[in-house]
Amino acid sequence: MFGFGILTGLIFLPLVGGAFILTQDGNSQSGAGNIRWAALLTTLFTFVLSLVAWSRFDPTTAAFQMTESRSWFGEGLGYRLGVDGISMPFVLLTTFLMPFCILASWETITVRIKEYMIAFLVLEALMIGVFCALDLVLFYLFFEGGLIPMFLIIGIWGGKRRIYASFKFFLYTLAGSLLMLIAIMAMYAQTNTTDITVLLHTHFAASMQTWLWLGFFASFAVKMPMWPVHTWLPDAHVEAPTAGSVILAGILLKMGGYGFIRFSLPMFPQASEYFAPMVFALSIIAIIYTSLVALVQEDMKKLIAYSSVAHMGFVTMGLFAMNQQGVQGAVFQMVSHGLVSGALFLCVGVVYDRMHTRDIAAYGGLVKRMPLYAVALMVFTMANVGLPGTSGFVGEFLTLIGAFSANSWVALFATSGVILSAAYALYLYRRVIFGVLDKPSLAGIADLSVREIVLLVPLIALTIYYGVHPGPVLDASAVSVAELVKSYHAALDLTKTALLLPGH
Amino acid sequence: MYSAIVFLPLLGALVAGGFGAQLGARNSEIITTLLLGAAAVLSWVAFIGIGFGHTPMSVPVIANWINVGSLKIDWALRIDTLTCVMLVVVTTVSSLVHLYSIGYMHEDPSRQRFFSYLSLFTFAMLMLVTANNLVQMFFGWEGVGLASYLLIGFWYEKPSANAAAIKAFVVNRVGDFGFALGIFLLFALTGSVSLDTIFAAAPGIATKTIHVFGMDVNAMTMVCLLLFMGAMGKSAQIFLHTWLPDAMEGPTPVSALIHAATMVTAGVFMVARLSPLFDQSPVALSFVIVIGGLTAFFAATVGLVQNDIKRVIAYSTCSQLGYMFVAMGAGGYSLGIFHLFTHAFFKALLFLGAGSVIHAMHHEQDMRNMGGLRKDIPFTFWMMTIGTLALTGFPFTAGYYSKDAIIEAAYASHRDGAVFAWLMVVLAAGMTSFYSWRLVFMTFFGTRGANAVAGHGHGDDHAAHGDDHADEHGAHHAPHESPMVMLVPLAILALGALVAGFVFKNAFIGEGFGEFWKSAIYLAPSNHLLKDMETVPGFISLLPTLMMLGGFAVAWLMYIRYPGSAARMAQSNRLLYNFLLNKWYFDELYDFLFVRPAFWLGRLFWKGGDVTIIDGLGIDNLAARIGDVSGQVVRLQSGYVYHYAFAMLIGVAAFISWYLVGGVH
Repeated sequence: MFGFGILTGLIFLPLVGGAFILTQDGNSQSGAGNIRWAALLTTLFTFVLSLVAWSRFDPTTAAFQMTESRSWFGEGLGYRLGVDGISMPFVLLTTFLMPFCILASWETITVRIKEYMIAFLVLEALMIGVFCALDLVLFYLFFEGGLIPMFLIIGIWGGKRRIYASFKFFLYTLAGSLLMLIAIMAMYAQTNTTDITVLLHTHFAASMQTWLWLGFFASFAVKMPMWPVHTWLPDAHVEAPTAGSVILAGILLKMGGYGFIRFSLPMFPQASEYFAPMVFALSIIAIIYTSLVALVQEDMKKLIAYSSVAHMGFVTMGLFAMNQQGVQGAVFQMVSHGLVSGALFLCVGVVYDRMHTRDIAAYGGLVKRMPLYAVALMVFTMANVGLPGTSGFVGEFLTLIGAFSANSWVALFATSGVILSAAYALYLYRRVIFGVLDKPSLAGIADLSVREIVLLVPLIALTIYYGVHPGPVLDASAVSVAELVKSYHAALDLTKTALLLPGH
Repeated sequence: MYSAIVFLPLLGALVAGGFGAQLGARNSEIITTLLLGAAAVLSWVAFIGIGFGHTPMSVPVIANWINVGSLKIDWALRIDTLTCVMLVVVTTVSSLVHLYSIGYMHEDPSRQRFFSYLSLFTFAMLMLVTANNLVQMFFGWEGVGLASYLLIGFWYEKPSANAAAIKAFVVNRVGDFGFALGIFLLFALTGSVSLDTIFAAAPGIATKTIHVFGMDVNAMTMVCLLLFMGAMGKSAQIFLHTWLPDAMEGPTPVSALIHAATMVTAGVFMVARLSPLFDQSPVALSFVIVIGGLTAFFAATVGLVQNDIKRVIAYSTCSQLGYMFVAMGAGGYSLGIFHLFTHAFFKALLFLGAGSVIHAMHHEQDMRNMGGLRKDIPFTFWMMTIGTLALTGFPFTAGYYSKDAIIEAAYASHRDGAVFAWLMVVLAAGMTSFYSWRLVFMTFFGTRGANAVAGHGHGDDHAAHGDDHADEHGAHHAPHESPMVMLVPLAILALGALVAGFVFKNAFIGEGFGEFWKSAIYLAPSNHLLKDMETVPGFISLLPTLMMLGGFAVAWLMYIRYPGSAARMAQSNRLLYNFLLNKWYFDELYDFLFVRPAFWLGRLFWKGGDVTIIDGLGIDNLAARIGDVSGQVVRLQSGYVYHYAFAMLIGVAAFISWYLVGGVH
């Protein structure tokens, strides 16, 4: 179509939907309805289109596929797109989760519906762009651009302390990405190109690698988020509207992990190896520290936010183990966490919409009046706990088994996370779902509506399906990860031999 | 056929759970029970075919599960003699418990949910015992943990049930922590998690020294100790046992199925399944035998003084599991499995019998409020007596063959720690007899409520029913015998408790050993245990029986001949009595050591770490300056949001400008 490929289509389709919504009147009853339907259909079409892309995707090669390249702003900077086995699952995750966000906002968002939907569609375009970009500057634009709609979503449609939360979110992420920007400039100054495919095969000097690695790390660590730069996340989650939390936990957090795989590990292997112990240490702290913090939370969303930080700790640990199990496990863990944490935030949204409080103490005994809800929350709680048979297990297991081969101490401490996650997740479940339903405010609470069932059933199905048959995701990333691991260790070996040679 | 055995219960669980509301309670009960019955029949066919016929061992692969690099994990069913023994135990007891529950749970409003959980549990347990790799075993392992969690907390309105459910899951996770690390280590050593590959690599591992967790240790010892940690959690061995007594908060049929006959024996099964590993690590086996002996003794001492009928049996289970691990540690894997097999019958019988008592007493569980029941519920009385005879090892009942063999094995074994273990299990045998007969005497003999305590323990089992019995004391009703649907399972189990030992002794631990087990159990060339047991002196063989008689005699003296002497004894030995009554203060200790510090640390990290240090020094400080606000909250006008968005756009524009200027140099 017009000489552009399917990836361009994926990026621009949401923008087209957004443009249509611009023409609607958000204040009238019918206009608002049109806007909702337009947004839903746009995201659904985008999802279908991404499935088409997936059907064309060839998992047997590590090369970038469906590539597009156009010059833009002169020689160096180009409009380059492409996906490989690592980015493809994230593109699908993004397009898959978006319709859920629109549906989750169906009745709850009443003010400025027009701007809200446009913000989400622009956000979708930018997020898909992040995973498809094959140019460093393009990546940066998408990566940072995504901040703006998210910032607006929290700042305008958020809770009571939304300004504080969005401000915090903004400061953290911007501070991180400025350092990344400096690193990008340095890379360009060195190589005169921003083409990622070229940079992947460029060798940077060891000292240079260290600084570049740190520049990227600053940005990705905040996005993950890793301890100790995680405190923006609980606040952002608590204040964000439900759909905002879903996107935040489901996709935005994955950009950090994706960044590590796409840039830090393959481009700066020596620095990655050098800093791996630090990353391990931060991952372990994230797992144990934030799990303990999750245990004492009184706010449902905050608890899940802290558990997200812990789960991302498994991701960074698996990535820097740099073996097949660790990295594939990390990719899987990110996809799985996207589904599960997204679903958990939707579940919180369900009761929040009814009671307008996220206070755990305000609930109790919900199973009596909401048996379907209890079942759904049980499935996601178990996936969060990493019960075998749910998708949560596969990622945790693979990252841990990978980490054990890299460093047994790391695996030992990280595995203690499985005890703590059981404690905080079941403790939450007990306080919300079990017990006697004796609070007068809950006496009339209704079980899941049809819309909510439509929202949660596909997520339940996928959580269990990927738990017993994770093949589709694992196979997609297998070859690309194998190539990454191979070239990483080859680069390390090369420098080792270089050091051993006399005269160097 | 093998797939049918495993998946019929899953089908039942899904039907009862998914369509229970449409089907109604009765139909859900019938469907799940029939499916379980079918699985049980097929299991016996498989058992006879593999164990006594010529059906070869097979490993049908169902599907691929995880495939990452060299790590390949399949869903498969490993069908050998060991699996078949477990299949028979699990499906038989489960189908009887399903049947029994139709009567026991008849007044519960959410029976569909109950039966769905029971069937789900059975499925997970079957996946565990048929696993051909460690990860599938882990799947079943945690799956039964989930089912146990759901069933302990079945009466979700009871705070104590909820607490017990979480405790069970979390304590088991502590064990699973070790199990998982054991799997990781085995993968690091062999590049596989599949049983056959690991077994083939075992001799190499046994002689290898590895550097792990900062220590240089024998690889096999490390592997086995880590895996055994999982077994300790699941099988409630000392230090990780605290969840089992609390698990009695669940409905009584659950206690019979999960917390007596099947799930808690998973640890024993695991050690037997991994006998090619364990039998090559003397250190690990010494650890196993000491833990087993200690548990057998410890649990028996606590069982002496408990007053809740279910808790007595729970501690008895804990103690008997200790026996099984003593057998394992001695290298007598078949002995342990044999005891597992017979124990399933008589312990399920005792629990279901206790359920029948509780049912008759309108959900009274405190034995001090019982007494004289043998005239009111004679059938239950006789069934309980059979169970007690089998448990205490009365000649020619099931326990006589399996339990006494373990005591002999502990004596015959030359392993480090075996003497200690032998001493422990001999003492425990006497105590077992005492507490078992104490239970019978307090419940069925004497006069009702002779030892009654006011305001205690009534309706424990009952909170969620909310029906007409809730505010009446059980003892005010005339006790009534349970319906047929509950008595038939008792009779079948009683038959098993009487004859299972006699019938299967030869195959499990006697002459037919090799022909029966085939390759399912591995014995190192140095393992002569069964031969050594033949040379055990006569008085040693007689010792368990003497202990059994002694325990009976003491119980008779204290509760029948001189009633009231027990209370006087407790009075004069207050300290010891309280120590036992409070279960050696394990719960208090763990609460002090782990639970409270975890919450304290959580609060410290949250308020101190996140809020005060990270936010206080960092972002809030910065925010306060920018916003020029001294308070903690930055009170910006919402209009500023747009300013920041705008600032970011300008930033992006500035970047592109820089790029354009720089890009064309």
